[in-house]
Amino acid sequence: MMAEVEETQLPGVGVRYDFVTKEGDRVGVLAHRTGRRELLVYDSVDPDACRDVVRLDADDTQTLAELLGTSHVSERLADLQQHIEGLTIDWLPVSATSACAGRTLRESALRTETGVSIVAVVRGDETIPAPGGDFTLAQGDTAVAVGTPEGIKELFRLLQQG
Amino acid sequence: MIFAAAPAEVALVLTELGLVVLGLGLLARLADRLSLSPIPFYLVGGLLVGRGGLVTLDVSETIVAVGSEIGVVLLLLTLGLEYSSEELGENLRVGLPAGVLDVVANAAPGVLAGLALGWDGRAVVLLGGVTYISSSGVISKVLADLDRLGNRETPSVLSILVMEDLAMAVYLPVVAALLTGGSLLAGLPSVGIALATVALVLFAALRHGGVLSRALLSHSDEALLLGVLGTTLVVAGIAAQLQVSAAVGAFLVGIALGGAVQERASLLVGPLRDLFAAAFFLFFGLQIDPAELVPVAGVAVALALVTAGTKVFTGWWAAKRMGIARPGRLRAGTALIARGEFSIVIAGLGVSAGIEPALGAVAAAYVLLLAIAGPVAARYVPALVTERAEHSRPAPAGH
Repeated sequence: MMAEVEETQLPGVGVRYDFVTKEGDRVGVLAHRTGRRELLVYDSVDPDACRDVVRLDADDTQTLAELLGTSHVSERLADLQQHIEGLTIDWLPVSATSACAGRTLRESALRTETGVSIVAVVRGDETIPAPGGDFTLAQGDTAVAVGTPEGIKELFRLLQQG
Repeated sequence: MIFAAAPAEVALVLTELGLVVLGLGLLARLADRLSLSPIPFYLVGGLLVGRGGLVTLDVSETIVAVGSEIGVVLLLLTLGLEYSSEELGENLRVGLPAGVLDVVANAAPGVLAGLALGWDGRAVVLLGGVTYISSSGVISKVLADLDRLGNRETPSVLSILVMEDLAMAVYLPVVAALLTGGSLLAGLPSVGIALATVALVLFAALRHGGVLSRALLSHSDEALLLGVLGTTLVVAGIAAQLQVSAAVGAFLVGIALGGAVQERASLLVGPLRDLFAAAFFLFFGLQIDPAELVPVAGVAVALALVTAGTKVFTGWWAAKRMGIARPGRLRAGTALIARGEFSIVIAGLGVSAGIEPALGAVAAAYVLLLAIAGPVAARYVPALVTERAEHSRPAPAGH
């Protein structure tokens, strides 16, 4: 049974999350808008004040999360999200050998062939949501596709060899 | 213009300006060493250098004056950028009672003091603003330095700062309109017009601010910084032309910006703001003869004592409403004592309008006291009181 996490908006600063452990200690995390995190351990005598504040940068946060095993939880969450009622979401690379590279989505007729929809294309640092029929795929793109597991396999083959 | 000046003059301007900035840098370093806000140090620097001071600036005073104008604009821009419109709206619902108490308890001493001194009505309104507004800059730094951002009383402190931010959106245009009117009564009609204009702009900003934000958004930091800065200065200039005060214009731009632009712009503008705000505080000090401080010292000390008390009461009450225990209430109250940049901005409006010569001196002395005493009180008073309470209590058994 997970404890109830209290969420408090701190205007101009960020968001504070805190909860009371089974042992009765209040602990929290202050997520700064800048991405910095603070780990808060509240005082037992003066419950409004923090006895300890540990400042964490992005890497420290990652390390602590790994140690606490949070990464397993997010993996499982990601797993869950990828199998919704027989649908699969997958990230498929477009290779240079594929006949689809350099052709528009309409020309390749990928949806007609496989029944899979390309919902977004990741190109470098950029994400193109909901590409239209005129969108031209290029080598090195990553197509975000939604469809049946069989359709996804077929699309993967097409994007690799064409 | 410097560009048209003879090389010898350019050399002189650069050297003098360099020395001024270097001096400010040393003051900031000293303030940091003492863990205090640099604002009072800049003010003292200005007092020592300017009118009636030890040395006077020669060629660079006009540059410092222009820099000080930009400083006000950037201070208000970052004030507007500090909170998103959702945060402002959300706070208006929960923070209103504490916000109202804050206005009443802290503006009243200033207003009463102004009346007792027999000042012009407009100067009275300004002094009320000076004693009302806390220094959000000093306070957020104190909270971060003392590791109190995660404390459970902190939301009540931040909520009061947000309410003051909102109050400024009403107060500044009113004051600007009053100052153009020539007297308190003559200014009243233009107050109505100014308020209506600001309400309209504010509504448009909150509704359609996204358009401006999208237009200014760019991957390049330079493009974003220059775009935001240019827009702010143009709007501030137009606002000044329309007699609404440049500060109000800049503040509205800050409020209108949202989302990614808001966050990145406040990071990018931060260092520039620090530079020009230093020029602003210096210039404010320059205009005051240190000899003027002596006759107003009594008033400033009395105001500082009373309004430190009223701020502690405001914070105490606000924290109590949120179910915070006594030590936390005291922390919230003492955190709010600090006055700083915005008290000087408000007094500066009066000084540049040329009403009530003593206003500048009173505000400078007042901010000198509370910008230093505020952080010190926030740090030591709660611990002292808790210690005394523990001493007077019989030791719990088993310890």
